Amino acid sequence: MSATPSTSVRTAAARPREGGEPALNSRRRGNERSAAAARRFLLRHPGIVRLGVVILIMIAWEIAARWFMDPLFIAPPSRVFTSLGSVLGTAGIPAALRLTFFELAVAFVIAVTLGLVIGLAIGLQPFARRSLMPIVLLVYGLPQITILPLFILLFGIGAASKIAFGVTHGVFPIVITVVAGVQNIKPILLTSARSMGASRWQVLRWVIFPHMIPSFFAGMRLGMSGVLLGVLLAELYVSTAGIGYFTQMFTENFDPTKLFGLITMLAAMAIALNEIVRRAEIHFSRWR
Amino acid sequence: MANSAERKRQAASRAVQIGFLLSLLILWYAATTFWGVNRLLLPNPVDVWQQFLDVLKSGNYLPDLRVTATEFVVAFLLSTTTGTVIGYFVSRSRFWTRVFEPLFAGIFSIPIILFLPLYVLFFGLGLESKIALGTTISFFPIVLATIAGFSNVDRTLITAARSMGASNWHLFRYVLLPAALPVILGGLRIGFTICLLSILGSETIASLAGLGHHIVELAEDMEMPRMFAYIVFVVLMVAVLNAAVSYLEARGRRRG
Repeated sequence: MSATPSTSVRTAAARPREGGEPALNSRRRGNERSAAAARRFLLRHPGIVRLGVVILIMIAWEIAARWFMDPLFIAPPSRVFTSLGSVLGTAGIPAALRLTFFELAVAFVIAVTLGLVIGLAIGLQPFARRSLMPIVLLVYGLPQITILPLFILLFGIGAASKIAFGVTHGVFPIVITVVAGVQNIKPILLTSARSMGASRWQVLRWVIFPHMIPSFFAGMRLGMSGVLLGVLLAELYVSTAGIGYFTQMFTENFDPTKLFGLITMLAAMAIALNEIVRRAEIHFSRWR
Repeated sequence: MANSAERKRQAASRAVQIGFLLSLLILWYAATTFWGVNRLLLPNPVDVWQQFLDVLKSGNYLPDLRVTATEFVVAFLLSTTTGTVIGYFVSRSRFWTRVFEPLFAGIFSIPIILFLPLYVLFFGLGLESKIALGTTISFFPIVLATIAGFSNVDRTLITAARSMGASNWHLFRYVLLPAALPVILGGLRIGFTICLLSILGSETIASLAGLGHHIVELAEDMEMPRMFAYIVFVVLMVAVLNAAVSYLEARGRRRG
């Protein structure tokens, strides 16, 4: 918005200075016109400018890491990307990534199932909703990270503690959105379904489920980011075979290239998982 | 008539809530006192309560609290200033909003705690890595809320103020800021919470001092009652801070 008037001002100011040979003049004007066209093109495509910003940051990081910083602590992006193959080739890393993915998947499935069951149990009865929702919200507001050492004591340092911590992070947003989704169903739909002789199960299947799908998928998206947070926190805290073990090893060996590479892969995994759930949410809330 | 029925229903809900929490407490007490649950997994609530009183009285939480509070205050101030300033300047142009907003939102959807090992490698185990991580994590909700707040101000309000001859400062102070404030305050509240949580988390994972670090130390020494007491202390502290921030947010909304 603000860029357009400044362009016109600049071209208007440049014009009186033009003079002399007509050939040069027209050529300069042609340049000006193509510059204006490029500007308009960029204004219409902010995505390209966004990519440019990312590339600029990468270049700045590359220059800083190559010539100005200690190579013990930071790696230039070019070297990180070329080292991705050798990171995957390091003994144990494919297994660690698989293990982390397994923990995420199991924790997510448990969190969704538990969240749906608890959410329906609480949401379908007004009395239960009024009495128990404040407790759910209270527990959800607690800083769960403080009890991470307890999870390790209870479930050991293997995969079980990561899954448990992921579940407790992921289940609450799902419960809360499921309850909200059930609550938002118009009572008239329930009444009319019942007056037409629908059984309890039929009401659940044909009225409640379709209406809570959008909020259920929104809850799954929040639950996925909760599960990611919980599992990764527990992995980073203590780990014997998962990615937490390798991040700690690379940190202690001052091997920033491999550390950056591993974390890039994990970030890609997190983005992919988030994106899958987001796509599913868009897909399944289309029927409305 | 309806009012008394409503009140009765509310009392019943309240009773269920209190009963639920009380029965949990009784279950905890019975499990540790009579049913012989391992004290290393679950300490007796009476011991925890005594340790909690002792922690409060002796005041030996103070050094750790000071470390955590310093990290938190610095990180939150940094993310608030950078977030609101950058957010304001981005929101002034619809073009830059369309460039930067998806970028910030995209990064915000990644669990940034992943980068903790990088921060530890780069900034060390001390305060700096926690401050840097807390700043990064809380920057995104603040900048996103600031952009959303300032770019959704009603155009008619701006045009009307301009046509009545408002200066840039007047436009900002009396039109833009009051209209955007509720949204920005929402972002600040989210930023406050996740900044505090990420600092406690990074102290738990890798640090030399701080409340999160102290809890881990007690867990490693198997001093369970004292560890529970510290957990109770931190949980209460966070709950009080959250309540205070919600109150301030509600007040700011009313004034805005």
